[in-house]
Amino acid sequence: MRGAASGRTTGYANPVERIDPSPPVGDAVKYTTCYMCACRCGIRVHLKDGRIRYIEGNPDHPVNHGVLCAKGSAGIMQQYSPARLTKPLLRAGPRGSGDFKEIEWEEALGIAAGWLGHIRATDPKRLALFTGRDQSQSFTGWWAKQFGTPNFAAHGGFCSVNMAAAGLYSIGGSFWEFGEPDWDRTKYFLMFGVAEDHDSNPIKIGLAKLKGRGAKFVSVNPVQTGYSAIADEFVGIRPGTDGLFVLALVHELLRADRIDLDFLVRYTNAAWLVIDAPGTAEHGLFARDAEGRPLAWDRTQGAAIDAATAEMAPQVVGEQRLADGRSVRPVFHLLAERYLDGSYAPDAVAERCGITADTIRRIARELADVAFDQAIEIDQPWTDTFGRRHATMCGRPVAMHAMRGISAHSNGFHTCRAIHLLQMLLGAIDTPGSWRYKSPFPRPIPPGAAPVGKGAKPETMLPGMALGFPRGPEDLLLEDDGSAVRIDKAFTWDAPLGLHGMMHTVIANAHAGDPYKIDTLFMYMANMAWNSAMNPADASRMLTAKDPATGAYVIPHVIYADAFASEMVSHADLVFPDTTYLERWDCVSLLDRPIGSPEGPADSIRQPIIPLDRDVRPFQSVMIDLGARLKLPGFVNEDGSPTYRDYADYMVNHQRSPGVGPLAGFRGVDGTQSGIGAPNPDQLARYVANGAFWSHHHPPEALYYKHANAAYLAEAKALGLIGSTAQIVLQLYSEPLQKFRLAAEGHGPVQPPETHRARIQHAFDPLPIWYPPLEQTLDSSGAAYPLFALTQRPMAMYHSWHSQNAWLRQIYGSNRLYVHRATAAALGISDDDWIWVISRHGRVKGQVRLMEGVNRDTVWTWNAIGKRSGAWALSADAPESTKGFLLNHVITEFLPEQGGARHANADPVTGQAAWYDLKVRIEKADAPAATLPHPATLPRPSGQRPVPRILRYGAPATPSPAAE
Amino acid sequence: MTAIPQPGAKKLGLVIDLDTCVGCHACAVNCKEWNTSGQSGPLTDFHPYEAKQDGVWLNRIHTYEAGTGTESRTVHFPRSCLHCEEPACVTVCPTGASYKRAEDGIVLVNAEICIGCKLCSWACPYGAREFDEDQGVMRKCTLCVDRIYNENIVEAERVPACVRACPAQARHFGDLGDPDSAVSQLVAERGGIDLMPEMGYKPVNKYLPPRRRPVPAAPARPLEPVPTGGANALLRWIDRALSR
Repeated sequence: MRGAASGRTTGYANPVERIDPSPPVGDAVKYTTCYMCACRCGIRVHLKDGRIRYIEGNPDHPVNHGVLCAKGSAGIMQQYSPARLTKPLLRAGPRGSGDFKEIEWEEALGIAAGWLGHIRATDPKRLALFTGRDQSQSFTGWWAKQFGTPNFAAHGGFCSVNMAAAGLYSIGGSFWEFGEPDWDRTKYFLMFGVAEDHDSNPIKIGLAKLKGRGAKFVSVNPVQTGYSAIADEFVGIRPGTDGLFVLALVHELLRADRIDLDFLVRYTNAAWLVIDAPGTAEHGLFARDAEGRPLAWDRTQGAAIDAATAEMAPQVVGEQRLADGRSVRPVFHLLAERYLDGSYAPDAVAERCGITADTIRRIARELADVAFDQAIEIDQPWTDTFGRRHATMCGRPVAMHAMRGISAHSNGFHTCRAIHLLQMLLGAIDTPGSWRYKSPFPRPIPPGAAPVGKGAKPETMLPGMALGFPRGPEDLLLEDDGSAVRIDKAFTWDAPLGLHGMMHTVIANAHAGDPYKIDTLFMYMANMAWNSAMNPADASRMLTAKDPATGAYVIPHVIYADAFASEMVSHADLVFPDTTYLERWDCVSLLDRPIGSPEGPADSIRQPIIPLDRDVRPFQSVMIDLGARLKLPGFVNEDGSPTYRDYADYMVNHQRSPGVGPLAGFRGVDGTQSGIGAPNPDQLARYVANGAFWSHHHPPEALYYKHANAAYLAEAKALGLIGSTAQIVLQLYSEPLQKFRLAAEGHGPVQPPETHRARIQHAFDPLPIWYPPLEQTLDSSGAAYPLFALTQRPMAMYHSWHSQNAWLRQIYGSNRLYVHRATAAALGISDDDWIWVISRHGRVKGQVRLMEGVNRDTVWTWNAIGKRSGAWALSADAPESTKGFLLNHVITEFLPEQGGARHANADPVTGQAAWYDLKVRIEKADAPAATLPHPATLPRPSGQRPVPRILRYGAPATPSPAAE
Repeated sequence: MTAIPQPGAKKLGLVIDLDTCVGCHACAVNCKEWNTSGQSGPLTDFHPYEAKQDGVWLNRIHTYEAGTGTESRTVHFPRSCLHCEEPACVTVCPTGASYKRAEDGIVLVNAEICIGCKLCSWACPYGAREFDEDQGVMRKCTLCVDRIYNENIVEAERVPACVRACPAQARHFGDLGDPDSAVSQLVAERGGIDLMPEMGYKPVNKYLPPRRRPVPAAPARPLEPVPTGGANALLRWIDRALSR
């Protein structure tokens, strides 16, 4: 049909519709912080007649600058979800049945205080407090410390601890959301394993800037979706081989001497001398002077001197002899020797990476050309930590970012270290145009105290925080008999740098009573009976298992706090219903997981936007109440009265150290101090007036080279972000790793058991290495399980635990297994076929979608769309449970026993859950066209609101969307 | 049939950048939340917590692949009303409910007189209209007519909700009738295109094609290894004069 131009003369006259062009948006507007994912964007919430009219991004906010993602905009549906819990629940039927009775808060808190009080009086470690995507970990971690249990962690151990650990032990900062490319200046951006994740809006904003400026964006990823879809170059690598690829780039750069040696000797430990004394307890450690300062070889003096000496001519290769006769070599010597080896050449690795050697060589060349031939210079004087004034800031405009696709492999720690090595060789850490630290990073390497937990005693708080940073074997949390202090075995020889704990092993270890039995498993916002569990069927079985002798549950008590009827709710004995993020006070604290930018520190609050309409309480306030009931130190005054009224009171008045509290802004009695200052009774009002956040901008001279920038370090110290103004020397070579390796080689008082020696000796290489992901070595021929299997979250649901959202589930209501066309054709599989995905552990049934933009040896699916039938207030016929499937069903938390040890399916350095090591085969499945396994439909917890069949949100005549 | 007015000078519309759209659905959901309580609301959702969940959306994102092998691309394609200059959806309307505004070119539906015959959605080749079975009326993008002139909103934010939300700068709003406007300039610079121009509806909205991928700055030749003359490669750095 042709455009009907004739309509202009022959049709009806254009009737006039009365449109009000200026309706009021609402009758009130409030600012707060989004919690639809982990991004923590600033939002404006418009209210009309007490209901949410519209949520939009706050243009002044340092995280999102006014934009808002699909999840943030769907916050309305979260607030009015029929899956919200409405009342404390006490289990009435068998655990797992979902049969509860509603109880009053007083009874619920009394029961919990009874269980926990008994534990604290007898053996505090028998409480395991694990929180999920909790944004109040500095509070919950402190609560655990005051209680006296070492068994605290959040979800980082199965998310991205590899990135955190590798970064914090190498460069004093990390990728994650704690650094970002210099979006305004980068000319070449290399992104590894980032589908649609951390951190979401800032990356989208940044990519648009890059593309607008014509910078080149290369995405290294097996799957061409999300950000990879707009990359200028897509490198469809085989999963788990990124480290090989990166070290081949390193090889090329070293071979051509296209590296920034000036940067290396000024800002890294390249010139530090390493003792060469094989077989001794000091082999591979840094040569130090009498004061313990690392040494470097000064060519001028022909002697080893304090490596921090400003005026020296450091030698970077060549063996030297110290005055005491010991032989030493510089770090750079060791690394150059290693990576110049032909085994790292592009031709040697290309096949394993699934990309051509020419591609690797070309990317190496492009990196070098941009870093060195297109270097940039900012007309900004600055002063380094040696006190020397520089007229300009030189920049290497190549930036890198990496996330889950690197992290979720059992070789992720070293792969991430390899990327940091590449950045350092190019001189591309915190320079103009390169990757930049976000405040409060950089921090000293490693950044904090060792983990604490040995010697937990009844009625006694721990002397420090449970999670920390080991510097060597002596910092492990091992009992005198070598057994684990922690229930998850983080900080043992299983996972020496388990910085974020190992939530993925907690249920299995508690069930096995290994290393000991616990009494109460207390979880918050962690769906450990479903999509956060490796192997959900077993997790469910273990949570509900009874001791046949006594008939009692193997895990005696399970307390769970959540706002929604998730799968985990049904597995609890006692349920604390939480509020939504729009109903409570909350803080995004510098003590926890800050939202700073490269320009400076920032933090933010949440404030109640709408009043509660159900008998629920904010989880953090519940913990404050419990703390007071248990009379935990810090939670009660001398007279026994509660110290804090609620979490809002804690946010203002708690001081972690003198003058340092959860919120850094508007401190001091008059609200004029930043970072450090006395509590300000009007602090929350000041945040509210400032759009619910606080931010501070460093002066221009402090914005780059922060690890060695005197102005930056001085201001960071004054703000309480770091404790010292000393240069943070970047660690190409990691001495803490070598200390663990020496222990494995038989040195020192704390040594790994025989079952772990070889593994530790291999994995704790002080320089980055690559090895095949552990699970993949189980099927070395690749014959039984030839395909790599991955998951990712779609952007509209990334990092969100809200998949029942009425709007978002219209976008993603079920998931397919994506298979390359050629791979499927070879297997006789067609689009829409139902197939079995089979691993060494089990099988799950799903439906196929063919695609082109995926590595041929890789299949993948959207994660966490599949739901257990009946959960989340979804009907039993909802596609989330009839078609949606979890790859979790074919993943296990442990590898098969080998050499007398059963290791977690995790990185041997950090304990990071190795979700992406999975290998599978696929086979056509018979009818019916429905997913399996399909656990029994859960009943809806009592007290839940009716589920509407039709939703007319915003219609004037509809008083409540849930009331239909 | 309904008349369309003589074309005015002002042609408000969207410019959508397929080079930076990452398919995040931010625009679609923000559109939904603005408009369900707005001029054209409610945007009804059917079976919101059951099977066959579906609702009325004024903007949807389609993701598909184009090309094969190394030429394969994933394309994210946002789709909404293009506010055509020659809108068949208007001329087919038997009641005058579907109409194009003379003052700014926005195509709207007057729900008061829409009889729900769906002729307009059949006429639209872009699939940009969605029928609300519950309300019995046709819904479509209003270009946020209740935002863009709204004096209760600060001037800088008087743009459609989709443009306001987009994190990837993939959506731009302005007067495509004014050759000097920022959006017209953008279309000129980037070679913006009409969707299905052969249909003759003269869509006002434009799509910016993906930018040509930068040719590698350097010829495809590897880095030159430093000659070692058979000696240990490390020797090249032995006499390197470096300073702190």
